[in-house]
Amino acid sequence: MTDLIIFIVLLSLGYGFGRYAEKNHYKSIIQREKELNSIPAIASRIPPVGRPDLTNQLVAGNVVISVDYFKQFIAGLKNLLGGRVTSYESLLDRARREAILRMKEEAKNLNAEFVFNVKLETSSIHKGRGNGIGSVEVLAYGTAFYPV
Amino acid sequence: MIVSNLEVVPGKRTVKHFGLVQGSSVRAKHVGRDIMASLKNIFGGELKGYTELLQESRQEAYERMLEQAKATGANAVLNVRFSTSSIAAGAAELFAYGTAVTLE
Repeated sequence: MTDLIIFIVLLSLGYGFGRYAEKNHYKSIIQREKELNSIPAIASRIPPVGRPDLTNQLVAGNVVISVDYFKQFIAGLKNLLGGRVTSYESLLDRARREAILRMKEEAKNLNAEFVFNVKLETSSIHKGRGNGIGSVEVLAYGTAFYPV
Repeated sequence: MIVSNLEVVPGKRTVKHFGLVQGSSVRAKHVGRDIMASLKNIFGGELKGYTELLQESRQEAYERMLEQAKATGANAVLNVRFSTSSIAAGAAELFAYGTAVTLE
């Protein structure tokens, strides 16, 4: 009986705090994306031609985001049924966008005009229960071009 | 030292290749941080301690790569890549590699 109570408490804590954290995070991501829209992140490997006034430097941003208890539980249920695991999709989406934003912030400090050859790398660094995803790390890096 | 993850630098010609340079760093997780991470697994959200830990170790791998590049006499590292792998439970290897070259 106590086990069940603890489980329900954890589940509702995860639901409450997790939703609150996600809502706030998305709000801040959308706001900062608007601010940093002036620095495009380009995935092309070919550097810009005809801009000898620019010099370049590597910029990077990383973030580790953890899933909450409720989402882990839902994902566990989804494992039985199959199909889209939306609770992890939003986790990875947030992590990627946050990493790109941090990279762009570093680029902005250099007064960069754009970031070229952006690469994203994802790794799961902390296993949750039953070897499920506990937290993921996303690293975004690229070459920022800025005026000398 | 120019460091970039592009294959060429606009406006500069590569005159000499020195081959691959690399740097790596293996870090284990702190027990205290691990406990905090387990707590965060209930509430969700960013793990600031881990973000910093990984950033620091990646910086170290990056600097080791630069040291190696300097030792060969190169003045730039091109096509830099980062990679992460968990080699044992609780430890991660962060790896940076690139091509050391001399630019005009």
